[in-house]
Amino acid sequence: MGGNSPCASCKLLRRRCAKDCIFAPYFPSDDPHKFAIVHKVFGASNVSKMLQELPVHQRADAVSSLVYEANARARDPVYGCVGAISFLQNQVSQLQMQLAVAQAEILCIQMQQEPVMPTPQMDPDDKSSYLFHDSLPQYLNFSSSSNVIHDSFKRESIFGHDMVS
Amino acid sequence: MSHSRRCAACKSLRRRCPKDCVLAPYFPPTNPQRYACVHKIFGASNITKMLEQLPVHLRAVAADCISFEASSRVEDPVYGSVRIISQLQEQITEAQTELVKTKGEIAFHNAQQQQQQQMQQLQMIHAIAQEGEDQHSWLSSSQQDPFPNVNQQLLEDYNYSNTFFGFEF
Repeated sequence: MGGNSPCASCKLLRRRCAKDCIFAPYFPSDDPHKFAIVHKVFGASNVSKMLQELPVHQRADAVSSLVYEANARARDPVYGCVGAISFLQNQVSQLQMQLAVAQAEILCIQMQQEPVMPTPQMDPDDKSSYLFHDSLPQYLNFSSSSNVIHDSFKRESIFGHDMVS
Repeated sequence: MSHSRRCAACKSLRRRCPKDCVLAPYFPPTNPQRYACVHKIFGASNITKMLEQLPVHLRAVAADCISFEASSRVEDPVYGSVRIISQLQEQITEAQTELVKTKGEIAFHNAQQQQQQQMQQLQMIHAIAQEGEDQHSWLSSSQQDPFPNVNQQLLEDYNYSNTFFGFEF
C-alpha cells in the first residue's frame, strides 16, 4: 500500500499508514465498512494481536472469518454466529430424518421384491448411509432458539477454497 | 454475588467489583477460563458495551454465545466458529444430494412396480379374451352341421315343398 493512500484501518484510526501496516493487505481503503465492523466487535488492537500471531499465508482467511463473525454479531447482537450454527444444525437434523425415512422405504421395497431374504446386510463402512444421527457433534450444549433466521447463512460461500479438513 | 468476592472479569482487570457490575452475573470467579477467552478475543470494554446494549433478560444467552465464539476462536485462531458453519453447510449439501438420489431410486422402483402391474392386467385381459374366442369358435364349429346324418337331397326337397305353398316353416 502506497504512503499516499492509507488503508481503511488507518483511515478510521486516523493514523499514518506504515509500509508494513498489518491491516493494509486485508482492509483496502475502498471498503471502509469491512474494518469498521471488525473494529466495532473485536477492537483494532485485538485484531492486530490475532493477526500477528498467525503466519502470513493464513491471515487472509482469518480476516474473512473475523469479518463474517462481526457481521453476524452486528445483525444479531444476542446470538451472533451461534444463531447461524443453531439454524444449520436444525437443517441437518431435518435432512437426516428425511433421509432415514427414504432409506427405510427403499429397504421395504427391496424386501417386498425378495420376500425370502436373510437379515439385510448393512455395510458399517457405507458412508452413503446417514443413519448415524448419534455421531453428529453437538456444538451447542445450551438451548438457543434464534428468532432471526439468516437466509444468507444457507448458501453463503465464505471462502474461495475448501477450508474444511 | 457478594461484593467482597470479585467476578472473574474484575479479578482479571484487578479492579473492585461493584454491586452492579455488568459482567459479574455471567463471568463467575469459579470459571476464570471463560472470561479469559472472552477478554482475549473481544476485550473487556467491548463485552461490557455489547451486554449493556441488551435488555437484562437476554444478557445471559448473549454472554454464553460470546463465550462460545471466543473459545472457538482461541481453539482455532484462523476460522473460529466459522469452521463449524462451513462444516454444517457441507453436511447439508451432502445430505441433500443423498436424499435426491434416494428419492430417485424410490421413484424408479415405484414406476417399475406400476409397469409390472399394468403388464399383468393386460395379460389377464388377453387371457380372458382368448378364452372367450375359444368358446365362441367351439360353439360355431359344433353348430355347423346340426343334421350330419340326414340325406341332403331329402332336406332340399322338404324346403322346396314348404316354400311352394307360400308359407315357410
